[in-house]
Amino acid sequence: MNLYLKGARIVDPSDLTGETPVLIKTKALYDIYIRNGKIAFIAPQGKEPIPAAAKVIDLAGKIVTPGLIDMHTHLREPGEEYKETIATGCLAAVSGGFTAIACMPNTKPANDNKSVTEYILQKAQEAGLATVYPIGAISKGLQGEILAEFGDMKAAGIVAVTDDGRPVMNGELMRRALEYARNFDLPVISHCEDLTLCSGGVMNEGSVSTQLGLLGIPAVAEEVMIFREIRLANLTGGSVHIAHVSARSSVDLIRQAKASGINVTAETAPHYFSLTEEAVAGYDTNAKMNPPLRTTEDVAAVIEGLKDGTIDAIASDHAPHSTLEKDVEFNMAANGIVGLETILPLTLKLVHAGHLSLYEAIVKLSANPARILRIEVPSIQIGKKADLTIIDPDRKFIVDVHKFQSISKNSPFHGWELKGKAVMTIINGRIVFDDLD
Amino acid sequence: MKEKPFTIKHILDIAGLSPDQITYILDTAESFKEISTRSIKKVPTLRGKTVINLFFEPSTRTRASFEIAAKRLSADTLSISASTSSVVKGETLIDTARNLEAMQPDVIVLRHSLSGAPHLLSRHVRASVINAGDGAHEHPTQALLDLLTVREKKGEIKGLKLAIIGDIAHSRVAHSNILGFTKMGANVVVSGPATMIPPYIEKLGAKVTLSIKKALQGADVIMALRIQLERQNKLSFPSIREYATYFGLNTQHLALAASDAIVMHPGPVNRGVEISPEVADGPHSAILDQVTNGVAVRMALLYLLLGSESQ
Repeated sequence: MNLYLKGARIVDPSDLTGETPVLIKTKALYDIYIRNGKIAFIAPQGKEPIPAAAKVIDLAGKIVTPGLIDMHTHLREPGEEYKETIATGCLAAVSGGFTAIACMPNTKPANDNKSVTEYILQKAQEAGLATVYPIGAISKGLQGEILAEFGDMKAAGIVAVTDDGRPVMNGELMRRALEYARNFDLPVISHCEDLTLCSGGVMNEGSVSTQLGLLGIPAVAEEVMIFREIRLANLTGGSVHIAHVSARSSVDLIRQAKASGINVTAETAPHYFSLTEEAVAGYDTNAKMNPPLRTTEDVAAVIEGLKDGTIDAIASDHAPHSTLEKDVEFNMAANGIVGLETILPLTLKLVHAGHLSLYEAIVKLSANPARILRIEVPSIQIGKKADLTIIDPDRKFIVDVHKFQSISKNSPFHGWELKGKAVMTIINGRIVFDDLD
Repeated sequence: MKEKPFTIKHILDIAGLSPDQITYILDTAESFKEISTRSIKKVPTLRGKTVINLFFEPSTRTRASFEIAAKRLSADTLSISASTSSVVKGETLIDTARNLEAMQPDVIVLRHSLSGAPHLLSRHVRASVINAGDGAHEHPTQALLDLLTVREKKGEIKGLKLAIIGDIAHSRVAHSNILGFTKMGANVVVSGPATMIPPYIEKLGAKVTLSIKKALQGADVIMALRIQLERQNKLSFPSIREYATYFGLNTQHLALAASDAIVMHPGPVNRGVEISPEVADGPHSAILDQVTNGVAVRMALLYLLLGSESQ
């Protein structure tokens, strides 16, 4: 069905060159007509007649943005479908306003060969919701020993490589990965963690870990690995992307590297600018993640890094786990939280607090992830595919994990009152999620 | 209606107890000490109540202490150790607890190698939970018996200097004692190898000094901690010999403390390592008083959690 989006404000950061049409930079309202999955016209509100047989959607007070892209999602299929399947992950994605997600390779088996890549893409196609961009492994079996087949996997459809979930401890392997990835124009995503400095830690090393009697992971474990990756990127000319930045020292290092022209990009996740280590009090396993939640100073530095552009993207690090992995002793609990259905509202919290403009927030949730992954930057332009997210910036709601589309419910944000959320997601001109009033 | 004097459901940590509650527990424990000196060491206070000792870590004295405490109050007790539990068959802590719960216990005493396990248990059972030591977190009943011992020997706790020496980082006893003694007005100093002093320990209320001599200077109470060889990652100190030489409590060290200082140790003692035999068995030692007071404190806690509800 053709759609007529009526009277919306458009925020489209797809063109950062300054040549963006004026309509995107004003607060004027526009009508968007979507025909056969593509944007047929964009016109000032009421200027054009509504085409016959179009479904009219009144978007007064709403914002239309290019489809959001989550560059860091863990879909548990193949292997752990009781936590999440590709289909339920895609459902969670569109419910959170995402039209595309990039999925990490630490499945069982790992996505370290083209067969698994093809399987993921086939399952995603069957689900028919969000576009899924698989990310391949750096090393075979994520073992950190032998390079995986980047070329084959790229041909099958991967957009980056990573051993996320664990670091590449072997410095030479990381160097070779950065070099070899250049042949295939693949970014290398690094999970920065020096395991020898973690020594069994399960939360941030600090006053709370001491109080709770839990072994701590010092921020320096992240920092030293980021330093290594930056130097290796400089040596090899490869492009490294630092995943889930959590610490002040990490932000500082990335800022310095960017200033010296090294090809490094970075992302953080909402929990690193929304929560501190205090959330672990009471041994709440929903606050257990890797890297761990850190201090107030770290949270402030992450926000500062987002503001000044040091951190390019905001990603969910959606990590579904069942109660089997979470309702256990803290030491034994799995790391990670589900994030696809809270990432946008938590990012909008930064907007409401004045840390980011809405425009900057959308850059970090759409255009920048696309640029880092070298995929088409979504945009609202005539003739383009209609992948759109519609946001009600003022909608207040209480986070209820039981309403999540994800199979898993492991979120520390349950019960939080948030303002602003995706109310409609459109992919290829089709409404795949609808929560309009 | 008279207000119930003690309304706490679980004893999970010292952090959750107020100074008034601690004093109330110690007063109650004092009144229970006499029972253990009778020829018939048994009162009917907890008749018909069931106490389960669920021990996932080896323990002799704590488990025996809880068992004796419960029996002296006429409660029925059952002790389960990890080797006989279903955990080895893959059962989760919560499932084990739920199965025990179905047998209607009134108190579950839990010893576990992982910090926070008693908190997890308390969220899943109706019975009261007493933490008998969890990981490197807390050992609240040990701190209470230490407080009782010091109060007996010194009259009061306020204003005393307590020096805790040794492996602070891995010691739940140290954590509970820092919290307990500072709550009751004592000054607590910790010392030991820098590798064994955890970050931000000051936030629990302790002062830190890397000089064991400074820590002991004028101390009224010295607490030597057991080197938990099973918990060391081999990078904390180079050898037992070197540890004993520089951080072990010996007579020269003791001479730095107040003349009437008392020496404590949570046991079991590695003789000749963290404490020399002369000090462990000497006139300043209160180690066996601690053990005696352990029974009284545990009787008091069982009574306060269970017995007082029928008063």
